[in-house]
Amino acid sequence: MSAGLEGVRPPEEWIRAAVDTPRGYGAMKRKEDARFVRGRGNYVDDVVLPGMLHGAVLRSPLAHARIVAVDTSAAEAHPKVRAVITGEALAGLGLSWMPTLSQDTEAVLATDKVRFQGQEVAFVVADDHYAARDALDLIDVEYEPLDPVVDATRALDEDAPVVRDDQDGRTTNHIFDWSSGDRAATDAVFAQAQARDDERVVTADILYPRVHPAPLETCGAVADMDPVTGKLTLWTTTQAPHAHRTLYAMVAGLPEHKIRVVSPDIGGGFGNKVGIYPGYVCAIVGSILTGAPVKWVEDRSENLMSTSFARDYHMRGEAAVTADGRLRAVRVHVLADHGAFNATAQPTAFPAGFFGVFTGSYDLEAAHCAVTGVYTNKAPGGVAYACSFRITEAVYLVERLVDVVAHDLGMDPAELRMRNLLRSDQFPYRSPTGWEYDSGDYPHTLQVALDKAGYDDLRREQADLRRRREAGEDVPLRGIGLAFFTEAVGAGPRRSMDILGLGMADGAELRVHPTGKAVLRVSCQSQGQGHETTFAQLVAAELGISPDDVDVVHGDTDQTPFGLGTYGSRSTPVSGAATAIVARKVRERARIVAAAMMEANPEDLEWSDGSWQVKGVAGASRTIAEIALAAHSNLELPDGVEGHLDATCVYNPPNLTYPCGAYVCVVDVDPGTGAVTVRRFVAVDDCGVRINPMIVEGQIHGGLADGIGMALMEAIAFDLDGNCLGGSFMDYLVPTALECPSWELGETVTPSPHHPVGAKGVGESATVGSPPAVVNAVIDALAPHGVRHADMPLTPAAVWSAMQGRPLRTDLAIR
Amino acid sequence: MQVPATFGYELAPDLAGALALLARHGPDARPIAGGHSLLPMMKLRLAEPTVLVDINGLTELGGITVDGDAIRFGAMVRHAEVLDSAVVAEHLPILRDAERVIADPLVRNRGTVGGSLCQADPSEDLSAAFSALGATVVITSRDGERTVPVREFHRGPYETAVAHDELVTAVRVPIRPATGSAYEKVERRTGDWAVAAAGAVVSLDGHTVVRAGIGLAAVGAEHFVAAEAEEALRGAPATAESFAEAGRIAAEHCRPTADQRGPVDYKRHLVGVLVARTCHRAAARARGEV
Repeated sequence: MSAGLEGVRPPEEWIRAAVDTPRGYGAMKRKEDARFVRGRGNYVDDVVLPGMLHGAVLRSPLAHARIVAVDTSAAEAHPKVRAVITGEALAGLGLSWMPTLSQDTEAVLATDKVRFQGQEVAFVVADDHYAARDALDLIDVEYEPLDPVVDATRALDEDAPVVRDDQDGRTTNHIFDWSSGDRAATDAVFAQAQARDDERVVTADILYPRVHPAPLETCGAVADMDPVTGKLTLWTTTQAPHAHRTLYAMVAGLPEHKIRVVSPDIGGGFGNKVGIYPGYVCAIVGSILTGAPVKWVEDRSENLMSTSFARDYHMRGEAAVTADGRLRAVRVHVLADHGAFNATAQPTAFPAGFFGVFTGSYDLEAAHCAVTGVYTNKAPGGVAYACSFRITEAVYLVERLVDVVAHDLGMDPAELRMRNLLRSDQFPYRSPTGWEYDSGDYPHTLQVALDKAGYDDLRREQADLRRRREAGEDVPLRGIGLAFFTEAVGAGPRRSMDILGLGMADGAELRVHPTGKAVLRVSCQSQGQGHETTFAQLVAAELGISPDDVDVVHGDTDQTPFGLGTYGSRSTPVSGAATAIVARKVRERARIVAAAMMEANPEDLEWSDGSWQVKGVAGASRTIAEIALAAHSNLELPDGVEGHLDATCVYNPPNLTYPCGAYVCVVDVDPGTGAVTVRRFVAVDDCGVRINPMIVEGQIHGGLADGIGMALMEAIAFDLDGNCLGGSFMDYLVPTALECPSWELGETVTPSPHHPVGAKGVGESATVGSPPAVVNAVIDALAPHGVRHADMPLTPAAVWSAMQGRPLRTDLAIR
Repeated sequence: MQVPATFGYELAPDLAGALALLARHGPDARPIAGGHSLLPMMKLRLAEPTVLVDINGLTELGGITVDGDAIRFGAMVRHAEVLDSAVVAEHLPILRDAERVIADPLVRNRGTVGGSLCQADPSEDLSAAFSALGATVVITSRDGERTVPVREFHRGPYETAVAHDELVTAVRVPIRPATGSAYEKVERRTGDWAVAAAGAVVSLDGHTVVRAGIGLAAVGAEHFVAAEAEEALRGAPATAESFAEAGRIAAEHCRPTADQRGPVDYKRHLVGVLVARTCHRAAARARGEV
């Protein structure tokens, strides 16, 4: 040993981690965290290439205006500016417009007019970021202001300005009508309910305001077009690197094998990084024009104002219900604000995402929804912020509506839910809108949550506080809110789900090195979900090795098999299933080699305790490591074994997975100020088998915080001129630890019957389930003031205004 | 990343040096202390100073000291020091209340007393608290010191009595007998600007209010004070009814504007509630009950 290494020992935590690492499933520290907590992550903005230039985007200050002239001469004269790209210049390349993921088009750089505040108008490439930013101020754009369409409820008025007059013959802002369920059967139930004395129809107008995923890392790209090889390497913030590569090939006409998309470490996605943004395209064009790599990373305001928002659903929900609390049917009409371009990212056949699961967790006779999409002068997007393709909106609608029913009937909301939940013997269950729920035991899950919360005691405390308040004591208004959600995640079966024609199946490749260490290559991309740990555990469990001995490669299209990416809680349901199956393929190859090693018949071997054993012969067993070395050795290999254990697979899920959960939230409202304090939050999730329970709980913690944010403080509103009122973290509030209680988690486990390891997606469950629980708690607190509904976000002003009987319209500027 | 326009940087060696630098670089230069207001404004290009004069090395502007019947705050005292100060906790609980709800620990570790006053943000908590306390601001130039009552210090949003070649060097707060104080703010989230905030300083003679200082933030109150409510409380009994009436008067005279934090009627309502609550708590503290 050289003198310099004497006394060097591995760090303590390495030793501990080695001791703590489970053989397969179970809590273990995330393998990726060591580099994150030590500042050794590698994000897009960390990428530095020789000769790299820097881009900046000039954005529209107006929501709706015709572009009269763009003068770039002063910017071009800046000594550090290398290129100024306008919409007109892109038009010359056929790139001023690009297709969206919803069969619409979207401006890359505006040519005719700007359609939302913050829209991309020009792109500057300069020697450094400061010069690029300075040069933006030197571009002179002459605008002719137009009346904007701001209020979605007025978008279809006859005199509304037409946002998309670029489309031939278009005279309105109507995008689509989409419906689901049996309208006639549903209307028939409602007609009965209206006619009968012992039934009634309960209606509520419910807004899910526009919110934003607001990942800590904003979007960006480094484009490097090699002028010699003609190969484009694009480091970019994408949740779907393979889909992006194919789309760039289709849109820009670049040969697909000459495109490498690298999605390095990603600082949160939440759906914000599914789409292709104009800045990425501009960086590519900038690199082609200058012959140098070009980095473009948006700032916080650009991210909030221009990239994919979420929700913006104006919903009218109706329930047909018996007087004793049986839900018979639900009917919904939605006005969906899609902004200036229909750029929602969702499976082709689902223009309203998976909103069709709005029947929730309840046993209904009939259901119908109709969704109308409209253009407005706002940023495009719509499916983001951990929404599971609009299930967030669907669950919020039905869970808020159920509480309004409880309010109107004078029933306890827990009792009402328990009475109407699907029973375990109804699974697999086909919903009135055609979804096949795979498994669940809803009453049990709800009961676990109620017990954990001490629901009956909570109601007694609430009654006591109300009595004291009536007696004049200065005590807070206590509220208890419930939500029960069912999600449909893991898109999805190729026969019915694709994005721009790309089926939603995922590939996986597994290599086992001669020493038994493994490398898994997956198509999905982690933005913080812990794939490098969870997927290693999946392989480890199948092969009987340590997760520490499995490296997970992801995020580089040159290194990984094709697949559709990470969003909609699909990684574990789809790529996780692919991983388990590819590991089983490896194990089956190993069986043949092991049989040769032990001179036995493969059929006489059984997989037991992490090794292949000859049935009934004690001591005759081989581990994967032993078998892998043999497979690469001079062992005479049997027919059909090529000399390694490696395998590939593509997993086409037979169905979605349907996680569920029961949430209980307890709040106090200050009756003088309207300020809400979340006292407790109990979350019982059933996501089937948990591979790494610690990671699952981390995902749930984050989603619950999301829910508190949306319920109490987050919203992007617009003033009458179409100015975005949520364009910075000073205006768009995300919750901090101080707004979050200590989460109380529980679980029930109902495995998915069709997933190879029985797991279901969980990444978005808490984001979906928590907003209605918080809102229901606040509205419950306000019951003594006669409040039946108020829209998110329930800021102190919104709560107080609701108490005064004049609830705020939270999507518009407060006046 | 948002980036500021080009600017120069000078590190001031001491007070005299800082004043000389400010004079030399003219009205477009700005002193920088904690930087938590100025730097974001520069990154948004709402402020484009030509030169920043860094006064973080001016140790002579530090310290919270009892000076006769007043407490002196050096202009460079950080929020966190105010929050941790035993002297403040004993004599000026309004400042402790306020500091607990000013921004977050990161900001409180850097932001300064002088910087808060000079920023003159209409939502600034310390401006309201010092106005309630009847503090005096010490302003220094190359010609010497002058003092300005805090109620004459603010000339409007983001405007103060400080000339471009002057620096605020200290704030003096009188210590009054039989006096209690309190501060309360409503915010949408920790670290957000106040929807509305109120601070009260109540001096008692028995059960009678002999002097009341009421500060308001974020509601368009002139000089951050509710002068009419203060006047109404003078000589009034220290009762819930008096304090509620003071709140009603304060609500009537302030001039809030509607924004995403709330409509005007709500902000007026808050002023009423918060003035009554802080007066009540201040009186209780004056009586030694809290």
